[in-house]
Amino acid sequence: MPKLKVNNIEVEVEDGLTVLQACEKAGVEIPRFCYHEKLSIAGNCRMCLVEMEKSPKPVASCAMPAAEGMNIKTNTEFVEKARKGVMEFLLANHPLDCPVCDQGGECDLQDQSMFYGVDKSRFKENKRQVPEKNMGPLIKTQMTRCIHCTRCVRFATEIAGVPEIGAIGRGEDMQITTYLEQSMQSELSANVVDLCPVGALTSKPYVFEARPWELKKTESIDVMDAIGSNIRVDTYGWEVKRILPRINEDINEEWISDKTRHACDGLSNQRLDTPYIKYNGKFEKASWSEVFNIIKSKFKNTDKEKICGLTGDLVNMETLYIFKEFFNKTLGSQNIESRDNYSYLNPEKRENYLFNSSINGIEEADFIFLLGTNPRFEATILNARIRKSYLQNKTKIISLNEVGDLTYPYQSLDGNTETVKKIIEGKHEVSDLIKQAKKPMIIMGQSALKSKSSKYIFESIKQFLDENNKLSNDWNALNIISENASTVGAFDLGVYKTTDGDNEVLKDLEDHKFEIVYLLGLDTINFEKKNEFIIYQGSHGDKGAEIADIILPGAAYTEQNGYFTNLEGKLQKAYKASYPPELAKDDWVIINELAESMNHRKLFNDKDELDSSLINQINLHIEKNNSLTSSKVKELIFENELIKIDNDYYYSNVIARASKTMSECRHLKADLKSTGTEG
Amino acid sequence: MSLRKPAKEQPEKFEFTADSLAAAKEMISKYPEGKQQSAVMALLYIAQKQNDNWIPLAAMKYIGKFLDMPYIKVYEVATFYTMYNLSPVGKHFIQVCTTTPCMIRGAYKLVEACKEKISENENELSTDKSCSWMEVECLGACVNAPMMQINDDYYEDLDKEKTLKILDEILDGKTPKPGSYRGRVNNEPENNRKTLLDLKNA
Repeated sequence: MPKLKVNNIEVEVEDGLTVLQACEKAGVEIPRFCYHEKLSIAGNCRMCLVEMEKSPKPVASCAMPAAEGMNIKTNTEFVEKARKGVMEFLLANHPLDCPVCDQGGECDLQDQSMFYGVDKSRFKENKRQVPEKNMGPLIKTQMTRCIHCTRCVRFATEIAGVPEIGAIGRGEDMQITTYLEQSMQSELSANVVDLCPVGALTSKPYVFEARPWELKKTESIDVMDAIGSNIRVDTYGWEVKRILPRINEDINEEWISDKTRHACDGLSNQRLDTPYIKYNGKFEKASWSEVFNIIKSKFKNTDKEKICGLTGDLVNMETLYIFKEFFNKTLGSQNIESRDNYSYLNPEKRENYLFNSSINGIEEADFIFLLGTNPRFEATILNARIRKSYLQNKTKIISLNEVGDLTYPYQSLDGNTETVKKIIEGKHEVSDLIKQAKKPMIIMGQSALKSKSSKYIFESIKQFLDENNKLSNDWNALNIISENASTVGAFDLGVYKTTDGDNEVLKDLEDHKFEIVYLLGLDTINFEKKNEFIIYQGSHGDKGAEIADIILPGAAYTEQNGYFTNLEGKLQKAYKASYPPELAKDDWVIINELAESMNHRKLFNDKDELDSSLINQINLHIEKNNSLTSSKVKELIFENELIKIDNDYYYSNVIARASKTMSECRHLKADLKSTGTEG
Repeated sequence: MSLRKPAKEQPEKFEFTADSLAAAKEMISKYPEGKQQSAVMALLYIAQKQNDNWIPLAAMKYIGKFLDMPYIKVYEVATFYTMYNLSPVGKHFIQVCTTTPCMIRGAYKLVEACKEKISENENELSTDKSCSWMEVECLGACVNAPMMQINDDYYEDLDKEKTLKILDEILDGKTPKPGSYRGRVNNEPENNRKTLLDLKNA
């Protein structure tokens, strides 16, 4: 623990930290371009120069390890002069095009040149000109602005694990580019836009859309996957202009996936803005009271056992809760379900559907077994953590299936459930690895839970882990990657109907036992409509709205306050950044008003009442859960089959499907695959 | 100097010949296990030798796979060092040094000679497609300035006339004698050495 002085303030820092970090600890701000906390140290921008006693030259604080007895000064004339010199060099070749640069207003170079810039340039020669590079549909380049900090190169190589960006040439001719100007094959690629301290890499979909100071910023939660990445939603009027990551070290660190960031243009396409009623196969606009009256009479004239409700992938917990209350209390029906497939669910204990080791826990794990999952597409941020864990500890990773490039090396097995059985019975090398590991992780994906022997796989693995003491309070090795943002919340609130892990509602629906089907934001269901009367409530006109008889326009995740529980079981709140279009309303309000029109009594008087009731319910659920012991499972059927993993990353939900940016990315990926140029 | 771009016309395939492969393996064996990527520069040079003095993209890809490293990393190295030719050069590849000592001693006369005999511009093939020339930075023979390098040989103490003669011979398909063209032995003084007289020519 070296002790050193920074501007005469004594600080003690941990071993291995740099002078720059010590300065930060002393509360001194150091200007920087190339240094970034999460990336390796490059030390090439020279902006962080400080004066060090006994050193005749200024030192780059980002690359200088803090040592005992150092005396660092950051506020002397010497330092100021050095930094001014560096800034002059940086600006020598930098175009002064701030008025037409998208980075303007949030540009590190712009900000720092306010402190260290000289008002005129002594550089009389011609400025360097660099041709623009193609980096795919998400990243716009203007490489004359590049100051060669190599943050993007380091991000691609270290965090994203796709070493495709590099610096070619040398000296003045150095250029940052992707290999042969292909787009970056990563789901984290757009993070380089945030990392770029200047306007060299900017967001292509957001080009010339708005200035940062014009935007209203709302801190919120992402719903594109079950991770619950922390985001900031920037809106201009109604429209969501862009989505940026917010730092949360426990979940997404500083990164978000491309879908999280760029699916936001889907929020203004294909929107349902008014209630519709289908007459003779054609949708006609209607008023709220009209649709409520029709629904009311339909519900009144139908046996409550013939009514079912299915909830979708982006629904917040308030809505799920009031939906359940509506079905249970107003309609007196238990037929609600949040799963759109036959995945196995044992809701007895909360740990049965959570990612128990936690996302932070991945970094501690010493063995990871991926069972029927491709985390790169199902949970991109989580995959980045697995890569981090691999880089730090060389964690051994084995996947049941061969799933292509995961950005870290792994060993793959044949993908058969027979192999899983062998592992469980202790006849496979993996079983020994699990037993020997102190902190193993079994990461189970939906593909495994959807297979025919899912019940066998889940229950036996759990039993296997339990027998080997891997399910203790200190370390729980059982991890489920939930598919959607709403999944865990729905399970916590009891939005399912199951006796033995099966999906009764879906089965009855496919057998056409229901007369009224209420789809709450559900667009991923594959069933053939016969005589059912379908009510669809949601934000986008997609598969669900297509088969509906009545459409109730709801709000998207950026347009209403709502709780989401992420796959680890963390409760987070998404805040309202915009408002629903035209006649559309908050989802919970629609159900509340529908209940009122049926019973002349609202389910909840206001949002506060709903919220407190919801929180109570969740707390009760968690409390109850902790005291439970799991019951013995009876007979388990085993069937050998190949687990198939199929992801359509860029098209996984209604918002992404309505997004032009996402479909561009998807086409590009498909093209790359078909030409075989990916490597 | 500006950024050198890979040639537009690229061969589809590249593979090491048996000789190159042996040389490459020899190179890799010099580095500890798992650090085989350190051999990238040597391998690029081997590839350049094999492929008529230039490195096609296919070769970079091949080397990337060979050393288990990302293509962009190989590409970075190949574009960084000017001694790697990224587009085809002549069978006789003439490099004229124009760094200060040679320049003071008249290197641009040599450039003129190249322009007359080979091609108007750098990196252009001569009419019979056998030669190309380029200006390069210091080749480390300043004592014998001005000089040029043709493939592996140095031609030193030149002037325009001598250069024209050498180029003529090359274009005729002959191999001119390398070394000093003012009768010097290596870089000894012109009128015999004054020191180390008891030593024979090293």
